[in-house]
Amino acid sequence: MHPRHLSTTRRRFLAATGALAASAALPNVLFAHTGGSARLVVVILRGALDGLAAVPPYADPNYAGLHRELAIAAPGVADSALALDNTFGLHPSLAFLHERYLAGEVLVFQAVASPYRDRSHFDGQNVLENGLTKPLGSADGWLNRALAALPRGHGAGRAVAVSQNVPLILRGDVPVISKSPQTTPDVDEDLLARLADLYSQDDWFSARLSEAVQTEKLADEGSAADGQAMTAPAGAQPAMAAAPAPNSAVKPAAPDRISGVARMAAALMRSEGGPEVAVIEASGWDTHANQGGARGALAQRLTGLDKALRTLANELGPLWPQTAVLVVTEFGRTAAMNGTRGTDHGTGGCAFLAGGAVHGGRVIADWPGLARTALLDNRDLRPTLDLRSVFKAVLDQHLRVDSKTLATRIFPDSSGARPLQGLMRA
Amino acid sequence: MVQTEIAVLRFGLGARPGDLAAAAGDPRGWLMAQIKGALALAGNTPLAPSDQIFTELLAARDEFREMKRTAAARSSTDPKTPAAPAVNPLRDAYLPHYRAQVLARAQSAALTTRPFAERLVHFWTNHFAVSADKAAVFGVAGTLENEAIRPHVDGRFVDLLTAVEQHPAMIAFLDNQYSVGKDSELAQLAARRAGGHPFGRPRTDVQDKPKREFGINENLAREILELHTLGVNGGYSQNDVTTFAQIITGWSIGGGKGRLTGGIPGRFYFRDNLHEPGAKTFLGKTYYEGGQRQGEAVLADLARHPATARFVATKLVRHFVADDPPAAAVDRVARAFLKTGGDLPSVYAALVEAPEAWDADMRKFKTPEDFVFSTLRALNVSPGQPEEVVRSFDLLGQRQYTPGSPAGWPDTAKSWDGSDALMHRVLWASRIAGRYERGIDPVDLAASSLGAYVRPGTVTALRRASSSTQALALLLMSPEFQRR
Repeated sequence: MHPRHLSTTRRRFLAATGALAASAALPNVLFAHTGGSARLVVVILRGALDGLAAVPPYADPNYAGLHRELAIAAPGVADSALALDNTFGLHPSLAFLHERYLAGEVLVFQAVASPYRDRSHFDGQNVLENGLTKPLGSADGWLNRALAALPRGHGAGRAVAVSQNVPLILRGDVPVISKSPQTTPDVDEDLLARLADLYSQDDWFSARLSEAVQTEKLADEGSAADGQAMTAPAGAQPAMAAAPAPNSAVKPAAPDRISGVARMAAALMRSEGGPEVAVIEASGWDTHANQGGARGALAQRLTGLDKALRTLANELGPLWPQTAVLVVTEFGRTAAMNGTRGTDHGTGGCAFLAGGAVHGGRVIADWPGLARTALLDNRDLRPTLDLRSVFKAVLDQHLRVDSKTLATRIFPDSSGARPLQGLMRA
Repeated sequence: MVQTEIAVLRFGLGARPGDLAAAAGDPRGWLMAQIKGALALAGNTPLAPSDQIFTELLAARDEFREMKRTAAARSSTDPKTPAAPAVNPLRDAYLPHYRAQVLARAQSAALTTRPFAERLVHFWTNHFAVSADKAAVFGVAGTLENEAIRPHVDGRFVDLLTAVEQHPAMIAFLDNQYSVGKDSELAQLAARRAGGHPFGRPRTDVQDKPKREFGINENLAREILELHTLGVNGGYSQNDVTTFAQIITGWSIGGGKGRLTGGIPGRFYFRDNLHEPGAKTFLGKTYYEGGQRQGEAVLADLARHPATARFVATKLVRHFVADDPPAAAVDRVARAFLKTGGDLPSVYAALVEAPEAWDADMRKFKTPEDFVFSTLRALNVSPGQPEEVVRSFDLLGQRQYTPGSPAGWPDTAKSWDGSDALMHRVLWASRIAGRYERGIDPVDLAASSLGAYVRPGTVTALRRASSSTQALALLLMSPEFQRR
């Protein structure tokens, strides 16, 4: 996708707001870009978040008519959008994100998409994570390829998937660790030693086990660091504690789950020699029916996300000023509400970049509008910014990945998606 | 030769004591004998049918609404009273059913004498995935497997497909029950009665609220094409998705109130008044109006489409042979599918005949499901209580019937081989070992569960272990037990 010509008055680009001023007082700048100290957390929202609900374009004349009862009202009334600027707001469930936006720590992207243009979740997530232009073109993920190009060289354990297994975005040649917030207490050390011996003839099992043992140590250190018990004692959690509450349309237990995941990510990153990059996943955004508006199923989800971001900021504590949190989803959803008070798979959506290292307080949107003629295929928000322009900017300006490698190995065929400038504090 | 072990461990669900001996004479014959006849659950846990569960759910939902109203009213007069009810009758209604289904599934996997057929049932359940983490599906997720898949596992693909897409759990999971054609009787009626609500909602709240607009929900149509039949590269367009969604408007669930009464509560029901009328062109072919049969005609064509044959064959070979499915085996299975019009026993036979499936290397890393079921079989135990099964799968990261997405659980090692996942397996194996070590000789168990695949190094480690509990944990965590 080629960047559009930006001079048209209808469009808004790098729409700065007055909120920027507030950030000048913060000491964040002291911490930014001290070489390898930058921290990156990528949050993948699986199932396609409705960007028109999360970042309501309340001033667009067609928004309320299309999104109908799912639309978020313009600021000023109860349960309305939290204002970002004169066009866009945030869903009222995203209070923490809004607070950080006002503090100049959040960039909001609207009308973005990966290069993928069909509407399959699974291929969409594949492209989001493989960094290519089509699904299944690669067995590794762009973030793993980026690890290989970090300026300080790479070693095992620089990145963690905060889950039992490693998602595609982090798979590849560079070994990464995985650690879920579920506790693994009391595995007998003698058993582990004997297993290590048993695995000595099997490289694959051998490598996994030593990673696992190392990661347990990191997690222990991280949780000891603030004297906080990270995990409930074994068996304290009833087996079905996370069983769904029945009156919502999407996976209801997870809104709280993701905070636990965020806490684990922070604990690992805080530990001595801990990872600098973490990936968190949250599913349940596929709101085909009974999505709700300011309240309801999606609102609960967003509350969970907001809480997780707050947890991350609190728990990272002194690391927050050098942190960027990238929140992405595979695509947006239809501009119009469907027949079952939900939305179907779409194209253009939203993304967030939050953190003390972020030069935020701005909405970045080349807004195409929601007029019928402006919609893609007569149904979706037309994307005007390639997500890879954001990814490349973060890797370049935050993690200091060499720009040539960025344009060739990490995101091949991405010359049309130039990195955005000025996303991070200089 | 390890043909016997391959039949029992790779095609089946792992060896119970005696399984290897039973299959030894004729491993292929042992497999082929299993794929004749529908497959009932082994075990004795009583299960309620989906219509009963749905009916209970509807009653519980009404009760819950009433409770919420009462609680809210009380809280408005007395602010100290919580605004939400303390108990949740919906969950109470569903939870025992979910648990019973999970228990019954594990018992059947542990006890069945047709483990190849049982694995095929699991394969189809994952192919036609519904997820219990959607509230409406929580209590009925297992009924799709037991009511739509088990009876058709040995039949024709078209019958399996139709049974699945018309099962209320699938309809509810992919939101088709209220998908309404724009020109359907119901939508027309609503248009005429401005402000009136055809679902029977009281008309007191009409004022300036936007009128409910009826339309399709394309979720089920898209996933049938992408995940159940043609596959994502199967050659359909967005237009085909939308048209197919119109074709299956009206595919719904019986029961309900107001204008949605009709049908047997909790069973598949075609609601004529929601159906988008008229002939429709899908994938270049015109389907004439036929109500419910219009959609069935599309399914029949999809079920014998070459893209479907290839998509299903690829998934079968990936499941039974290797993460990266060998092309020759895929071709063989796809050819059998096409040639027989999707006769499933012929498709399975082609899979069994594929030489690639008999490669001695164990190329599949067990999923948590494989690991748990093969452990139960190795130990020759069947779980008696749902808690132990539910907790096991929670711990191992594959909570039963909750793949989370309609694509089902991933079927490649990369999705299951995280270091943290391995640590969870170690933890589970040591707990299980602690529970079941009594009366077990781990070295004998290695032989009865793995046959020729046991490595000498493992036997040495078992002999040197500090306790039989530790030895059993080591066996379960040995590379040869973790693969199939």
